Amino acid sequence: MYKKVYALLLFLSCWFAGLSVHAQDNTGQLRTVDSASAQRIEMADQLRANGKIYVVVTVVIIILLGLILYVVRLDRKIARLEKDAQK
Amino acid sequence: MLRQNWWKILCVVLLLYTFVAGFLGPVPARPILNETIRNYYFHIAMWFSMMIFFIISLVYSIKYLRGNDHIFDIYALEYAKTGIVFGMLGLATGSAWAGFTWGAFWSNDPKQLGAVVALLIYLAYMVLRNSMTDVDKRARVGAVYNIFAFAMLFPTIWIIPRMVESLHPGGAGNPAINADGRIRIVFWPGALPGWTLLGVWITTLRIRLQLLSEQRHHH
Repeated sequence: MYKKVYALLLFLSCWFAGLSVHAQDNTGQLRTVDSASAQRIEMADQLRANGKIYVVVTVVIIILLGLILYVVRLDRKIARLEKDAQK
Repeated sequence: MLRQNWWKILCVVLLLYTFVAGFLGPVPARPILNETIRNYYFHIAMWFSMMIFFIISLVYSIKYLRGNDHIFDIYALEYAKTGIVFGMLGLATGSAWAGFTWGAFWSNDPKQLGAVVALLIYLAYMVLRNSMTDVDKRARVGAVYNIFAFAMLFPTIWIIPRMVESLHPGGAGNPAINADGRIRIVFWPGALPGWTLLGVWITTLRIRLQLLSEQRHHH
């Protein structure tokens, strides 16, 4: 069961990596359209161009996964208690 | 549902999508908002899922009143609690967002005030329950009050803030953010179900703990 879950997560993370690169391309195109109509609006284009936004995304994802792991462990702990209670 | 795993995996996947696409995906360029428009996937999702939890709580309260099954009372209580937590997160994130866009962390905006009143009404649900020692009475009065608390969401969150001028988008002359397809594609399939499932997950854990502790009490 858990091997399957890990495989799924690994696959999805690869997929997301591909997706975000794709999104980056799209961003460039869409932004040129946007900036033609509204030139003065500041967006974090430079930051993304430098690739540094990925640092933030990485940090947030680590926090998210850490919290999820915490909840998963809590879930398993409660499941164990339930099993004990049934005996 | 209570002890299955597939929707928990789905929850993680949707949240990952929300965070990756939410930070890196294209968003409309708007004055004042700038990149903070991405808060839509987080701040608005809190409020939206809070409402879903309150609706679930309402349904279980009605179920309790129809059949007097004690477990429905636990469900109603725990979903209301999770709703309150998400509502408070919505309030805190909204305040932080407003501080850097509207220029003040709190500006007595009708939607802000309405949300606070609604949350206070739900907090009173907890106070009311804890003021009674008789389990059946507590469940019954609690369920009736929970229905009233839900009814109060209509004026405080859904009607009054829309009738008066608000700093929030979606009001008169203030276009709603979610009209943009680039926002919708992350919010509806990703952020909303992702955050909601996380809340449901945590709630089911609390319900299971509550059931366990009651079981222990009986032995």
